[in-house]
Amino acid sequence: MKLTGAQVLIDALKKEDVSVVFGYPGGVVIPIFDVLYDTEEIKFVLTRHEQAAAHAADGYARATGKVGVCLATSGPGATNIMTGIATAFLDSIPMVAITGQVSTALLGSDAFQEADVVGISRPITKHNFLVKSIDELPVIIKKAFHIASTGRPGPVLVDIPVDVSRAVTESYSYPETISIRSYKPNTTGHIRQIQKAAEAIANAKKPVIFAGGGIIHSGAYEELLELAQSTNIPVTTSLMGLGCFPGNHPLFIGMPGMHGAKAANFAIQECDLIISIGVRFDDRVTGYVAKFAPEATIIHMDIDPAAISKIIKVDIPVVGDAKKILTELNKLVKPRDADAWNEKVIKWKGKKLFTYTDSKEVIKPQAVIEAVYRETNGKAIIATEVGQHQMWTAQYYLFDRPRTLLTSGGLGTMGYGMPAAMGAAVADPGIPVIDIAGDGSIQMNIQELATLSINNIPVKVVILNNSYLGMVRQWQELFHNRRYSSTCLKGGFLCQNCVGTKNCRKQYVPDFIALAASYNIAAFRAEKPEQVEKVLREGLAVNGPAVMEFIVAPEENVFPMVPAGKPLDEILEG
Amino acid sequence: MSIHTISVLVENNSGTLSRISGLFSSRGYNITSLTVAETDDPTVSRMTIVVGGEESILEQIVKQLNRLIDVIKVIDFEGEPVVEREMVLVRIDSNHNNRHEMIGLGTIFGARIAAVSPSSVTFEMMGTKSGINDFIMMIKPYGIKEIVRSGTIAIAQTRK
Repeated sequence: MKLTGAQVLIDALKKEDVSVVFGYPGGVVIPIFDVLYDTEEIKFVLTRHEQAAAHAADGYARATGKVGVCLATSGPGATNIMTGIATAFLDSIPMVAITGQVSTALLGSDAFQEADVVGISRPITKHNFLVKSIDELPVIIKKAFHIASTGRPGPVLVDIPVDVSRAVTESYSYPETISIRSYKPNTTGHIRQIQKAAEAIANAKKPVIFAGGGIIHSGAYEELLELAQSTNIPVTTSLMGLGCFPGNHPLFIGMPGMHGAKAANFAIQECDLIISIGVRFDDRVTGYVAKFAPEATIIHMDIDPAAISKIIKVDIPVVGDAKKILTELNKLVKPRDADAWNEKVIKWKGKKLFTYTDSKEVIKPQAVIEAVYRETNGKAIIATEVGQHQMWTAQYYLFDRPRTLLTSGGLGTMGYGMPAAMGAAVADPGIPVIDIAGDGSIQMNIQELATLSINNIPVKVVILNNSYLGMVRQWQELFHNRRYSSTCLKGGFLCQNCVGTKNCRKQYVPDFIALAASYNIAAFRAEKPEQVEKVLREGLAVNGPAVMEFIVAPEENVFPMVPAGKPLDEILEG
Repeated sequence: MSIHTISVLVENNSGTLSRISGLFSSRGYNITSLTVAETDDPTVSRMTIVVGGEESILEQIVKQLNRLIDVIKVIDFEGEPVVEREMVLVRIDSNHNNRHEMIGLGTIFGARIAAVSPSSVTFEMMGTKSGINDFIMMIKPYGIKEIVRSGTIAIAQTRK
């Protein structure tokens, strides 16, 4: 049977069990879109910007655990997805990005809409491919999905010149399996190393478990829970790990780091053993590296050998898949009773991991997050943008289940949340999907309201409007004498106390309610604390997308805060 | 700062070289020398990279080299007995007055005559980096027209 390259590609996607593709058409991908036109098995979601397509594929992957797929044209289409690819790369998200390319004969000639996409994407992909002939295409697609989803997951880009999409083959077959001699991730932890870890746990007086995104990728939640419960060891999780251990569990002590819980930071600084699993010791977690956990022996379990001792010197490395390692480890660890160390940690934790002073006059952003938690009973997928609202979400929404927080942890990409939520909602998870946004971040991909509206994708967008680029403003307040250089998005009455803003405007633009209305999306605004609950109920009840705007205290800060470069126990509190 | 010689077996694909060099350049590291050629298996190439940098960062780079999909094997020769060789081709101003003198000098260093013209002599020499440096130092006063060095290749003295 004769098939074109485009038909081969789409058939390969079907064989890889791809049911949704996010993307945007363009000149050199017309042959692929022509095949998609007749492909009922694959739902195509047309975004309004290629960046959003990449984030949507990423959000889909985070929510489902499947490989997310996005498709863009050459040149500007491809450069537009780069931010989304880098976002997925830093958070180890499995994704296959397909880009069209100019015809092979024109490569390198500065042809119309040509960019060196494999070159540009090289440092931000796990791997990438330029397909030079139709004969290579099936094997490359097979490899792309294999590489993206195994080992430490990550984005893989496949660049397909238009003549390859148009070429015809009579000998297409899709490989059943693939073996790459130079890529064989080790998933089984070395048993001797696991024994050493078990011994270290038995000998520890003040142990802490530090779990991260690796638990989620590996699906090791039950094994982690078993380890923690049998040993009564307190658990802290990184931002990427939130949800891998129940947020309301008595052993949970919050996330550590710059805006982490006091309990987590103090526990790390005082413990004599850290059992770290699927984490990478990001600088936002460690604070001043030389003074990180000064007393602790470090066990580090990770599937990526390059993550071991990258930042923190590791005493007992175990390379492998978290689920497999923990299964073995759980057979070896001895039960441990709660003791004085647990009491100390519980004391640090207090009644609540994070606290703030509520107000009757003005809406506190933290109160909105708590209300979202109450109104959803903790059963929702929450996406965030990046900034203060992201940290408040991490602090005040207790993530009880894995794959329910979609957030750009590594790259810190503003504009990530709404398209990521869209990707999660398209997968039809059966629970509400909410994007918690700031008024700055939401504007970075605001055009996706059109995608939500036209496809009736039921994403609820919560905008915490403080009229500032709040996180940068917070740093300017704390470290730059309140000189609010280019962080005020409004002006006018909210700025009475503002000392540093030049050229204030009087009114916030856009009017998010009117904007949502122009996209034919239901929108609600709360300006007073007593309106918060009502607005949330109205918004969440909408059958389809909705926008809920909360006018919040403009100069609220995220606390606690460990200033950059300081050790974790030097904490600023509000 | 320390100098490492790193041997990398890679898939013989387009793009592999820039994946590898990217790991160094993204940290602001300059590769001192780099040689690449096919091995006995034409689908596999060997790269020999000489690079200087901080020990801990070089260790990290070696781990990340291993992580690249196209990399089959990485050997960091640091602290190992190793045979290292480099080749140089050097063309020097010469005439009938000094030709014999130069050839004598070359003989001392084991450099061979690769080509002779009325106005120049071209030597080829294989040796260690320091041996080649010594020869160049001695021959320099005669007037070097052009010099081409291959970069270091290295092989372990014994198999681990």
